[in-house]
Amino acid sequence: MPEPSPRSLFDKLWDAHVVMPESDATPAVIYIDLHLVHEVTSPQGFDLLRGKCIGVRRPDRTLATIDHSTPTLPAGEDGQRPYITEQAKRQVQTLRENCREFDIELHDWDSPSRGIVHVMGPELGASQPGMTIVCGDSHTSTHGAFGALAFGIGTTEVGHVLAKQCLLQNKPKSMRVNVEGRLAGNVTAKDLALNIINYLGMNGGTGFVIEYAGEAVRSLDMESRMTLCNLTIEAGARAGMIAPDQTTVEYLRGRAKAPQGEAFDRAAGKWLQLASDPDAGFDSEITLDGSAMRPAITYGTDPGMSVAIGEPVPQAGNASQQKALHYMDFTEGQSLAERQVDVVFIGSCTNGRISDLRAAANVLRGRQVADHVRMLVVPGSENIRKQAETEGLHKTIIEAGAEWRLPGCSMCIAMNGDMVPPGKTAVSTSNRNFEGRQGAGSRTLLASPETAAASAVLGRVGGVADLDATQEVA
Amino acid sequence: MQPFTSLTGQVLVLEQENIDTDQIIPARFLTATDFDGIGEHVFADWRFNANGEPIDGHVLNQPRARQCPILVAGHNFGCGSSREHAPHALLGFGFRVVISSQIADIFRNNSQTVGLLPVVLEAGQHARLLQMDGEDITVDLEQCEVAVKTADGNTDSWSFNIEPFARHCLLHGLDKFDFLNQAEELISAYEENR
Repeated sequence: MPEPSPRSLFDKLWDAHVVMPESDATPAVIYIDLHLVHEVTSPQGFDLLRGKCIGVRRPDRTLATIDHSTPTLPAGEDGQRPYITEQAKRQVQTLRENCREFDIELHDWDSPSRGIVHVMGPELGASQPGMTIVCGDSHTSTHGAFGALAFGIGTTEVGHVLAKQCLLQNKPKSMRVNVEGRLAGNVTAKDLALNIINYLGMNGGTGFVIEYAGEAVRSLDMESRMTLCNLTIEAGARAGMIAPDQTTVEYLRGRAKAPQGEAFDRAAGKWLQLASDPDAGFDSEITLDGSAMRPAITYGTDPGMSVAIGEPVPQAGNASQQKALHYMDFTEGQSLAERQVDVVFIGSCTNGRISDLRAAANVLRGRQVADHVRMLVVPGSENIRKQAETEGLHKTIIEAGAEWRLPGCSMCIAMNGDMVPPGKTAVSTSNRNFEGRQGAGSRTLLASPETAAASAVLGRVGGVADLDATQEVA
Repeated sequence: MQPFTSLTGQVLVLEQENIDTDQIIPARFLTATDFDGIGEHVFADWRFNANGEPIDGHVLNQPRARQCPILVAGHNFGCGSSREHAPHALLGFGFRVVISSQIADIFRNNSQTVGLLPVVLEAGQHARLLQMDGEDITVDLEQCEVAVKTADGNTDSWSFNIEPFARHCLLHGLDKFDFLNQAEELISAYEENR
């Protein structure tokens, strides 16, 4: 018998989910193991079902939450939650009705597990190695951290998955990004991701699925891996993934929706076989030196426009970059440290996990947010909120002068009322610095929780290394 | 979905690179539960000032803009989020085709699904189109060709690639779901054999 040809992690995930293979004329039919649903991109998908008089094929493979349009301030004395508009409230109500009609598990306000869709899925143990995972949201790439094929889809496709638990897909190309060496102690997963996007460019991954490998990736914990995979779409690639290893297995052990007992050990045995074979081929492969990377921050209007903290604004390479500098009100060669910061946002599916909040609280402890800065800290889920409050992180955050909010997407997408005013500068731990992303006319600098918290204290753009004893209140 | 076979019409150029889906349709317009009327909000932050008044002189506010079925945009169009609202908004405004030298994956897929034809051309061809604001060109999906008039009265035809299935669905106005539905037996067999 001939040796089976070596396969990558992506090949193995793809092959295992082919219901009908791709032909010259038609795409493959791919089975979907887990469908995550939120209020913004699902209503028209459910309408598609009603229009065709069909039900949800696998409610047991569908998991819903409310996160994008939800207020992060608590209900008022009248018991009413402060939705930004009646329409936003209606959108949440629509998801509630759809989940009831089609028997889908919804994590509503009363759920102790409600959270941002890409925070909640992993936390519940619903996102597992070897799965195909989709959601009407581009940051679905997050779940690739578990060694899953996870990507964002459009609303019509949400309807397709609700109805048939399948998607029509042409197999994308594969790219391996190796990050060799160890990251320095002050370089976070966010910094790693910004360095990679800076190298690839915001469109360098278009048409590809990325596997992250190498020592710097292997040594990341699961929350850091989620941050890295989350940002894959910011390089244009729909999916990013990391081979499951013991770190993955230990993260999932005991989680509510993960297999339990002996079934878990059997599953873990399979998960550990998913890693790319030694001679697996990739359409593209790059290797970067992780040990040379430094904490990074963006200065433009795409996530690829970043510099190491302390570096000046680089020269604009083309008209688009010039336009970006104009929008951001930066000039070439200017020191970023001169820029006053008005808003700091810590949260989102990129950096709203407990390790992110701990990192921010560690910077804030014994320090004060500068008087002119408004700082919002938004946990990624109810579980994270509770954990943070058990650890007293919320006290540190509030005592430093920041606002401690309820879980949700909040200021990352700025559709729930939390937003950056026009012309103001925000340092954000979120994922997009596009024009107007955090509110019309807002100027966003993307960075790690450590850098964002340091900038809040400094009142200007800076990193942890820029903090000194003068900022300590002790 | 309205079929797309061939179309001759006026080009509207937005030459900026990396036009993301937050520009095409800002997030605050995503709270609706249907796509009705979303075309009115396309590029809202480019077309309207903070008071909601149209910004004079913006190319998208010219009377001709809504008569242009062909949008030619800078490199890497449609990057960012997966919101299907983006191609719906472009369609609602009046575009039937978007041409660039690169189009982001999710947006491209969504466009094909809802009936907006995404066309990717080589850099040189794209560069020429960027200079053709207001001119008429032909986009032919049957031949997979874009045809432009040259200065000497001849025609240059440039071919483009599109997945055969997406082309088939667009040409005939077919719902991709019907094909998926035909795979029912295979889907059931897959579920049983796991």
